Amino acid sequence: MHPTFSIIFFTSTSGAGYGLLALAGAFGAGGLLPPERGFGAALLGLALALVSLGLIASTFHLRHPERAWRSLSQWRSSWLSREAVAALLTYLPALAFAAGWVGFEAIWGWLGILGALLALATLICTGMIYASLKPIRAWHTPWVPASYLGFALMTGALWLIALLSAFGVQANGALALALASSALAWALKAGHWRHLERAPNPSSPETATGLGRFGSVRPLDPPHTGENYLTHEMGFQIARKHAAKLRRLALLFGLLLPAGLILILFFAEGWWTVPIAFAAAFSGMLGVVIERWLFFAEAKHTTALYYGERRA
Amino acid sequence: MTMLPKEAPPKRLGLVIDLDTCVGCHACAVACKEWNTGGAMGPLSDIDPYGAKARGSWLNRIHGFEVGSGHEGRSVYFPKSCLHCANAECVTVCPTGASYKREEDGIVLVDEDLCIGCGLCAWACPYGARELDEGSGVMKKCTLCVDRIDNTHLSEDERLPACVSVCPVSARHFGDLADPESKVSRLVAERGGFDLMPETGYAPTNKYLPPRPKRDSIGEGAPATLEPVSPEGGFLGWLDRRLGGA
Repeated sequence: MHPTFSIIFFTSTSGAGYGLLALAGAFGAGGLLPPERGFGAALLGLALALVSLGLIASTFHLRHPERAWRSLSQWRSSWLSREAVAALLTYLPALAFAAGWVGFEAIWGWLGILGALLALATLICTGMIYASLKPIRAWHTPWVPASYLGFALMTGALWLIALLSAFGVQANGALALALASSALAWALKAGHWRHLERAPNPSSPETATGLGRFGSVRPLDPPHTGENYLTHEMGFQIARKHAAKLRRLALLFGLLLPAGLILILFFAEGWWTVPIAFAAAFSGMLGVVIERWLFFAEAKHTTALYYGERRA
Repeated sequence: MTMLPKEAPPKRLGLVIDLDTCVGCHACAVACKEWNTGGAMGPLSDIDPYGAKARGSWLNRIHGFEVGSGHEGRSVYFPKSCLHCANAECVTVCPTGASYKREEDGIVLVDEDLCIGCGLCAWACPYGARELDEGSGVMKKCTLCVDRIDNTHLSEDERLPACVSVCPVSARHFGDLADPESKVSRLVAERGGFDLMPETGYAPTNKYLPPRPKRDSIGEGAPATLEPVSPEGGFLGWLDRRLGGA
């Protein structure tokens, strides 16, 4: 599948925002975060900025963004519509929670929990948009929403420790959380990658044309001489060795580098922990962006079977 | 509303495409483009049509495949358009209600005024039957020419999809596949019509008829083998020896 930049930016940025929002709501409600007004403003300001930037970017791939509001209507059948509804609903408790924290220095725990639940629901909806698509075998699996959720919590936790260090808070609990969520996210991704290798693959050019009874089916005359929407959108190919290299880069930036930096933070003190913590967050984001690019590039659509692909 | 009809539509209008008789002339694709680039559903945009990177939306495309090998080897022309599936997930994934399945006859359509051009329905179609129109920014797909088949100002025999009426070898048939007595349903029963990619569970309405089996002999009274071209004697034998034949 063609990797579209606006969707990669949207899912990774909003993902981090919803992850941070969920952690802020849950741990804020649990009284585990500094209750100062300034910290609340930075924490919820960053979470809502990431969420909003991503949501704005998501409209860039629409050919008619002025009609985007219509996507709130079909939540009974469409995961994309459910995502839109959940994304907007999340703003209500999140903004009220932020108003309490910043305006009155009061942490209204139930609003935090409600915002966290809606943030998680939005993330699951995003994953389900892909997981519900039967023609794309690589995506039609519960590993997809699971790993979307995992990466959102991981990047959210990385931004949380960056903010904590900026406010001079040494919180080993948050560092441990960032490590654990990184391990969880990549374990889920490893499960997804394993699924890609092993999942059964029933469709082929023979089933796509119904002509398998006569033998193997090979393309002879293509229906068109140039590129079209289908080949551009669904005929994207990436060489296996490039994919393997990019997976290693994703692991380097998304897991090894941030984990190493977090280990340093356990023992470090002073102003220079701030750039280290931010470097961990940016590195983690870069790892997720590479992973998200691969998520599209490695997925094949059954339409490609009509254009010479042997397996989708 | 992008929910599928609650009850199976009383009619299931669709196409039956005969892969035995299709000669791959692309007349159906051209007639489709010609009809659907005008009228209420138009335009069906072309981008840079006379340039080096000409591209555009088509609702019907004709693939050519080489199938099998040896005696069973053959080339098959394979027209592909929307199959108007019973379980059309292109409809249910639509976030705006632009995609819908007509309750009376199961035709899958797009309300272009509601379409945001997100492309999700094209991803949800296993067959690659939907194409986003770069010019108008909305999703396009085969309508079975609803603006012909519904048009009572046309004479009865003209109320056919453009591709069906133009096919020079009658490889395309249009009718109600819910009615077991219809011409199309009888064709499917007689010729062993089949579904594309049944494993996806989309239950397409359109059916394809397989190429007929090949004949093993070339008919009554014909020699089993060809006569040898280098007889021993006579003029041909002399000529063959002159030319250095074996």
